[in-house]
Amino acid sequence: MKIHIKNGRLIDPKNHIDAQCDVFIAAGKVVAVGAMPENFTANRTIDAAGLVICPGLVDLSARLREPGYEYKATLESEMLAAVAGGVTSLVCPPDTDPPLDEPGLVEMLKHRARSLNQARVYPLGALTQKLEGERLTEMAELHDAGCIGFSHADMPLSDTLVLMRAMQYAATFGFTVWLRPQDAFLAKDGVAHDGEVASRLGLPAIPSCAESIALSAILSLARETGARIHICRLSSREGIALIRAAKMEGLPVTCDIAVHHAHLSEMDIGFFDSNCHLVPPLRSQRDRDALREGLVDGTIDAICSDHTPVDDDAKLLPFAEAEAGATGLELLLPLTLKWAKETGVSLPAAIARITSEPTRILALNNGHLGAGQPADVCIFDPERYWKVEPGSLKSQGRNTPFLGLELQGKVKYTLVEGHVVYEAPTEI
Amino acid sequence: MRNNPQLNKNGELQHLLTIEGLPATTLRHILDTAETFLDVAEREVKKVPLLQGKAIFNLFFEPSTRTRTTFEIAAKRLSADVINLNVGTSSQSKGETLLDTVDNLAAMQADMFVVRHGQSGAAHLIARHVAPHIHVVNAGDGRHAHPTQGLLDMFTIRHYKKDLTRLRVAIVGDLLHSRVARSQIHALTTLGVPEVRIIGPKTLIPTCAERMGVQVYHDMATGLKDVDVIIMLRLQNERMRGALLPSAQEYFKYYGLTAEKLALARPDAIVMHPGPMNRGVEIESSVADGVQSVILSQVTFGIAVRMAVMSILMGNKAGGEA
Repeated sequence: MKIHIKNGRLIDPKNHIDAQCDVFIAAGKVVAVGAMPENFTANRTIDAAGLVICPGLVDLSARLREPGYEYKATLESEMLAAVAGGVTSLVCPPDTDPPLDEPGLVEMLKHRARSLNQARVYPLGALTQKLEGERLTEMAELHDAGCIGFSHADMPLSDTLVLMRAMQYAATFGFTVWLRPQDAFLAKDGVAHDGEVASRLGLPAIPSCAESIALSAILSLARETGARIHICRLSSREGIALIRAAKMEGLPVTCDIAVHHAHLSEMDIGFFDSNCHLVPPLRSQRDRDALREGLVDGTIDAICSDHTPVDDDAKLLPFAEAEAGATGLELLLPLTLKWAKETGVSLPAAIARITSEPTRILALNNGHLGAGQPADVCIFDPERYWKVEPGSLKSQGRNTPFLGLELQGKVKYTLVEGHVVYEAPTEI
Repeated sequence: MRNNPQLNKNGELQHLLTIEGLPATTLRHILDTAETFLDVAEREVKKVPLLQGKAIFNLFFEPSTRTRTTFEIAAKRLSADVINLNVGTSSQSKGETLLDTVDNLAAMQADMFVVRHGQSGAAHLIARHVAPHIHVVNAGDGRHAHPTQGLLDMFTIRHYKKDLTRLRVAIVGDLLHSRVARSQIHALTTLGVPEVRIIGPKTLIPTCAERMGVQVYHDMATGLKDVDVIIMLRLQNERMRGALLPSAQEYFKYYGLTAEKLALARPDAIVMHPGPMNRGVEIESSVADGVQSVILSQVTFGIAVRMAVMSILMGNKAGGEA
């Protein structure tokens, strides 16, 4: 299959390309960018006039809910949501049921995902057995089975000795440890940021220091053990300041935020909107502004969707009892574009946050469209508005704080390994 | 969802979920209406036919005696049919969800739900869910709100002090866990009370409390100085079990209301308590039963205020057409 994508604006941040530029694909790979290679006869031509061609998006956190939570979502539904959102590679946290703590489970997941021929799935292995925070998993075996790193998802890991051992062991093999910093005691029972809104609504709260205390501990342990650390879904101003200092010091640390944290604050909870029950909690407007700044200046390396499909019943409960999380795969691109537009960040710089920067964190060589690369491509209309509604989402999780909002940026085609895996229905 | 979920299109009360965001005119209208119901209790036949044929469900997911009883009396004095349900002991323990319980009861032709629930926001959830002809009254949700208590406290203060715009009011105790305090604060600030003080140890004061328009004190002596109204809050015994307070004895010594501390307030200051009281923990018996105490009046006024709330809600239709 040979594909010629023509007339589009190619944005390939890693290769510093932002130009009107054709892309030529053969045998699953990019064979040329710009001029048509000799003897190239396309089986299919995609006219990308008025559209942006960029590397397929790389999402650093998307829950696929398999194994164990198939009633919330299945691999089929969520992989379709991924490609409909232009996401061609995604990292899934290990908090499935059972957790991804055995090589067999990882192999099964990878196999299931591969058989769907859609986005590439990169599982994170559990850092401790059953995510109980006590005994280490067989990290080397898990790595051989396909784990790209090790994480404790959102489960508490309050024993710092176990955390240090886990980091030492991971560092032995050069594995990256993915952690979402949160002090288990300070966050206990909390469901919202400890601020004005939680006080007014009488919601059990999580103070910002729950994040900064845990993050300080993690950074000290990184210094001690030499482990490479990726900090997931930072939420607070204090957290950003700590990462900024750690990077200045030269610690091997990277970090991401969830895309909804770039737009929302505690105020959006309004009158107990359970779609705004998220982990970590939406914090103050000052925190949100600091996150947006951190994204602009590069303290925050990447933006993830933190895709967490939740079934409707689990949201139709009082705020604290409602399950945390929001669907996100299909919103990652438009919400990143929205942040860029609002802050004056260029389109290439914004796209880097969801393509080449995540692959740098993953130490993978994709996330760009240089010749010879696997042809994972996202083609989107940067101007097109669409309304976020349950019916407009492919994900089985229809809950998001952005329901009812008009967003700009619509994916038209998604290619994985040179195959068109998603094509938006033609609009009449 | 950003609109005030308790008002209909005409800005009239469809539900009573929280005091927050309600205009002063709405609060005054409720208090004025309550005045007209006060004398019903004095009649030989303690009933008015306003809500005849209406079905009011008291839906209590948390135990309550006083609040449930006063709602029941209020509804009966308005001639409504009252059905009391202590759900905490039945459906919830069988695993039925909150909204399933509500749907089942709505199918029994309910006109109004009076709801108490342990989770903040439960009344909002129900109000969003029910059919437009059903009214919801929040009788306490988690730590969030207890609007009829807030209103009856305003009624009491107005009864004894007349002009609210010249008062200093102090609320003392466990504000962190108190839905009553939150409703009182919103009611006091909305009705123009110029100085609302809250007094308690830092472990029991919510973060950013001053954003609610109050002044925060940690010392009783300075906090009570020259106030016109003292509202004591109930301290749950379970607060002693965590790391919030060391002991009931120490709490009483520093934050309990004694005759000695009461003397710091204005000589004509009134003492209030939403009940149930813990004598010797937050309040000394001599003060609770003393001449400045209006605690039992609060209970009596509570019936008139709840009658007012129920009759006003029932008179307002979802679409706004009267």
